[in-house]
Amino acid sequence: MRSGLLSPGLLRDVAFAIAALALLLVLPMAFPAPALRDFLIYFFAYGLLAMSLNLLVGLTGLVSFGHAAYFATGAYAFGLLMQTGRVSIPLAMLAAVGGTALVALVIGAICVRLKEIYFSFITLAFQMFIHSVIVTWVSLTGGDQGLRGGIPRPPILGLDLNDARVLYGACAAVFVLCILAMRQVSQSPFGYTLRMIRDNPARANFLGVDVTAMKLGIFVFAAAMASVGGLILALFVSGAYPEFAFWTTSGEAIFMIMLGGTTIFLGPLVGTLLLQTLNHFVTIYTEHHGLVLGTVILVIVLGLRRGLADVVYDWLQGRRTTRPNTPAGPTPEGAEPAPLPDGALKSRIV
Amino acid sequence: MNLEALVDCLSSASCAVTQVSTGLIVGMLLFLVTSGLSLIFGVLGIINFTHGAFYMMGAYFAFTAYALTGSFLASMAAGAIGVGLFGMAFERLVMSRVYGRDILMQLLVCYAMILILDDGVKILYGGEYRMMGMPDVFALPPVEIAGGFVPGYYLFMVGVALAAGLVLWLGINRTRLGKIVRALAINPQMVGALGINTTLLYAGVFGLGSLLAGLAGALAAPIRTLTPGMGVSILIESFIVTVIGGMGSIAGAFLAALLIGFTRAFGAIGFPLFVDGLMFALMALVLVVKPSGLLGREAA
Repeated sequence: MRSGLLSPGLLRDVAFAIAALALLLVLPMAFPAPALRDFLIYFFAYGLLAMSLNLLVGLTGLVSFGHAAYFATGAYAFGLLMQTGRVSIPLAMLAAVGGTALVALVIGAICVRLKEIYFSFITLAFQMFIHSVIVTWVSLTGGDQGLRGGIPRPPILGLDLNDARVLYGACAAVFVLCILAMRQVSQSPFGYTLRMIRDNPARANFLGVDVTAMKLGIFVFAAAMASVGGLILALFVSGAYPEFAFWTTSGEAIFMIMLGGTTIFLGPLVGTLLLQTLNHFVTIYTEHHGLVLGTVILVIVLGLRRGLADVVYDWLQGRRTTRPNTPAGPTPEGAEPAPLPDGALKSRIV
Repeated sequence: MNLEALVDCLSSASCAVTQVSTGLIVGMLLFLVTSGLSLIFGVLGIINFTHGAFYMMGAYFAFTAYALTGSFLASMAAGAIGVGLFGMAFERLVMSRVYGRDILMQLLVCYAMILILDDGVKILYGGEYRMMGMPDVFALPPVEIAGGFVPGYYLFMVGVALAAGLVLWLGINRTRLGKIVRALAINPQMVGALGINTTLLYAGVFGLGSLLAGLAGALAAPIRTLTPGMGVSILIESFIVTVIGGMGSIAGAFLAALLIGFTRAFGAIGFPLFVDGLMFALMALVLVVKPSGLLGREAA
């Protein structure tokens, strides 16, 4: 049972998050190449997009094909607010996330009524609507050219975000914080209710769960998390572009999830890393990015039939189970208070 | 917002006729694309996200055939049949491998295919706009109806689309093959057990759906500019048509396609910046009031 806020799970997650943040902060100091820092900031932005999409796809079973809409909404809302010059960065962030959540609430209220593939195409349609608003409302958004004029970065609490290292640190902190928040949601009773809805919506309904409200809840939360990714990118590139809201961005996010596999919580981040590395090299060697990416996707989907991370995960599981005299489950042997009867051990793990 | 212009247009016969004819051809193109999408969904149970790319291919096939032969009939045949055959090959080689698997996989396969086709067109034809031009057969003075001028080609297009819709409807509802296809949609195992080659039938239905998208593309080629990626907007619009009309209903698709066509034609005069918004508002309204669509049978 969970015992209030200070459950062992939360403590472990926080410890893990602190370690991850420390690693992310040390990494650019160990390898002081600006290219690595840039690569990692892109990784934070798209990683949040993919991770938040997986809350819908992997956790709830809602395959959204329009998740990048909220990525773009966050980027534009943040950029426009900062360009007024009257708001501080944290305030603009909160407002952009809140605004995106509102947009997602309206769109989601319509979308979550639909099941399965209908949901996919209705989310795609709304995404293209947002894209067309961005492209046609030239006086506000700059249309095709994107939001120009730069996004100012006034200092927060004496931290100068125009210093690339400080900017990187701030982005890393926000990124880790968001991942931690998503982890908590997915481990909460709400998260387990969503798993039940994914596996058996009819049964969840019989048990008195308001399925539509639950779906809407996670839809709005996932959109808010995606908007954080968008505003990180906007802050970094100092602008926002209609491509953020184009359907290909959503398609890439889906591919990241597929690459990383849906079995592990951090899987989508693995996918983000793989796809970003691929994109990096493809754009160096050819201008036919779509052709190469499309072929790679076809080969992986039709050839491997699942994500690369799933393949590795299954292989590791296979090795672990075939090794003799190793107890099943993730607990390391040393941590076990040695002599326990078989039954007791099983009941603890299950 | 320019409601005065809209009222002016509606009260003058010539302007109304022009806009009605524009709305009709937009609606007819959408109807062809949507009925193909709907047919594939109805029988195979998958949404073909590459349908917009097939429309684009139809237009480019027609463009090439017209440039080579100078015959409009050849260009239409190339667009429709070429895309139909391509659709069958796509179903056999790619799509059939993801049947019954995650929606995620189906989406990814379609996403990959759109990327490849869009880039393929870019490599073959270049990224810039292309015009096919009006074929000589239709180089006639426009027909005058109540003071408004309607190009002869528009009338031809509407005729072809209506004929295609009628043939499709009769074929599904009044022939033996149509009966088999309807049975296939309900119980494929039983159809297979009766000795009918369901694999071939699936490919055929997918090919027919693709053919309709290709035909729409070929019909649109003389009046629209061709660009790689031109399929995305028509795909989104045909989704909207499907939702408004009701999934799996050809009559519903027809009605909704006309509704969207007229919305676009008259919206372009009254509130040009809000046309897309209006289409989405219409869709949201239908979803809230009647989630199964205007003429849909079961709840989506």
